[in-house]
Amino acid sequence: MTTSKLMDMTDAISRWVVDGCSVAIGANLETAIPFAAGHEIMRQEKRRLTLIGPISDILFDQIIGAGCVQRVQAAWVGNVITGVGYNFRRAVEQGQINVEDHSNLTISMALQAGAMGVSFLPSRTALGSDLFATNPGLKFVTCPFTSQKHAAIAAIVPDVAIVHVQRSDLFGNAHAWGNMGITREACLSSRNVILTAEEIVSTEMITRDPNRILTPGFKVSAVVHAPWGAHPSPMPGYYNRDHAVFLDYQTQSRTPELFASWMNQWVRSISSIHQYAETLGDAYLSRLSITHHDYSEPVDYGY
Amino acid sequence: MDTDSVYTRSELMVAAASRQIADGEVVFVGMRLPLLGFLVAKSLRAPNAVGVYELGIIRDTVASEPILTMGDLPNLYRSQWLADTRDTMSLLQQGLVDVSFIGGAQVDRFGNLNTTLTGSSVNITTRLPGSGGACDLACLAHRHIIIMAHERRRFMPRVDYITSPGYGDGKGWRESVGLIRGGPSAVITTMGIFAFDHETCEMVLTSLHPGVTVEMVQEQTDWPVRISTELSQTPLPTHQELSTLRRFDPNGYWTGK
Repeated sequence: MTTSKLMDMTDAISRWVVDGCSVAIGANLETAIPFAAGHEIMRQEKRRLTLIGPISDILFDQIIGAGCVQRVQAAWVGNVITGVGYNFRRAVEQGQINVEDHSNLTISMALQAGAMGVSFLPSRTALGSDLFATNPGLKFVTCPFTSQKHAAIAAIVPDVAIVHVQRSDLFGNAHAWGNMGITREACLSSRNVILTAEEIVSTEMITRDPNRILTPGFKVSAVVHAPWGAHPSPMPGYYNRDHAVFLDYQTQSRTPELFASWMNQWVRSISSIHQYAETLGDAYLSRLSITHHDYSEPVDYGY
Repeated sequence: MDTDSVYTRSELMVAAASRQIADGEVVFVGMRLPLLGFLVAKSLRAPNAVGVYELGIIRDTVASEPILTMGDLPNLYRSQWLADTRDTMSLLQQGLVDVSFIGGAQVDRFGNLNTTLTGSSVNITTRLPGSGGACDLACLAHRHIIIMAHERRRFMPRVDYITSPGYGDGKGWRESVGLIRGGPSAVITTMGIFAFDHETCEMVLTSLHPGVTVEMVQEQTDWPVRISTELSQTPLPTHQELSTLRRFDPNGYWTGK
């Protein structure tokens, strides 16, 4: 009998995100970004992390601003609807972090190589770009069959992937839907997976629709119940994007002092996602909740 | 022509971008203004265009409500396909994407684009967000269109870093580095529109936005601008284009100024 992997966020981050480890997070690019987990990393003052992701909206900027990061392997770091990530910019310009520049395709393929258990994968992207100059995980390779030039993308195997899903059972069998970004390969390649979930449900509910399962439960190390855990990013099936938070963050992160003040209010003064949701309040959150529901038909998995 | 005399520069650029999309084309839709350009094209003159979004979204209909970004849930609602980023990039790498749109911080006369850093990689002056999907779109689409603000510090003889390859240092460069297709076909700026010379692969000014002169363009471009012999004026956005655009950007977040 499998034992429950359910634990609270503090325990999950404390146990599976250790100083100096590599963390794939924000793999859906704009949706379902695990902000609650990211904020717990900041609260626990993790150090020397490597962050791995595609775009991840403002979460990378926040974790970098909290001083947790030594290295970034990503395609893009900033604020999707306003542009600049000020903490990221400052940290790079002051030499505090190293960046390995990927594109969305190369970061996906680096994780896919890890997922497949091979040391690299070839691609036709990035040729002629300077990504090769700022990413030691990109090299040129000649196809042994066609003699054509390709980019060789080195595998990335993160210590832990942190993913926010709609619903999970106690054992890490979880349903995820919406656009998937690079989440599947991030889960498959990582040594450990932390799932944070809007809802904890029965195993029966999950296994009745196995095509919707994100990754095999045996890959998952921890399951955390975190309703609103992706706020302010949108969560398909639950809530819309909270644009105001992203717009305000542009100002709130402009200087180190402003960012420290933002972090005191929204990270340090908050102990859990539950307190975070209480602080925002039901009236505020209900305005973000999905009102235009659109359910799909059940499908028959019988025999 | 049915035009509206009151419009913003961004609205003119979105209307111009939308006209670059032909009916039936597969469009890899980038962030910001291209989001709107696709919606306008799809609504008015390219009803059979298909939109591919790097988040893992494919749409053959417009979003059900206004969106600020491609991850807004109305852009997922009743999609043609919700999938992985790698799936959308695979379509692109196979050669199934006709056109893509990207923006940048610096561009040079061969259409090389920089969104990564200024200065040099060992002595960074300003760190920018990075490629996202832009490098992939510039490498692998059949053609790509660049949309950006026209300022002298951005239009420079040689970009500090090539995030998204254009034509490198001229004709034959893309083939020589191993790129199998593509290249920029147009640059839509805040001042005018450029195409690329088939022989030299250099940017050529083909149209000026209303109120802009060649001298003004030259002043904001840090290389001797080549002018097309058929230089024209950028058509004004039509009333229909503006009303469609304002339906998708009702508060003018992207196109209010």
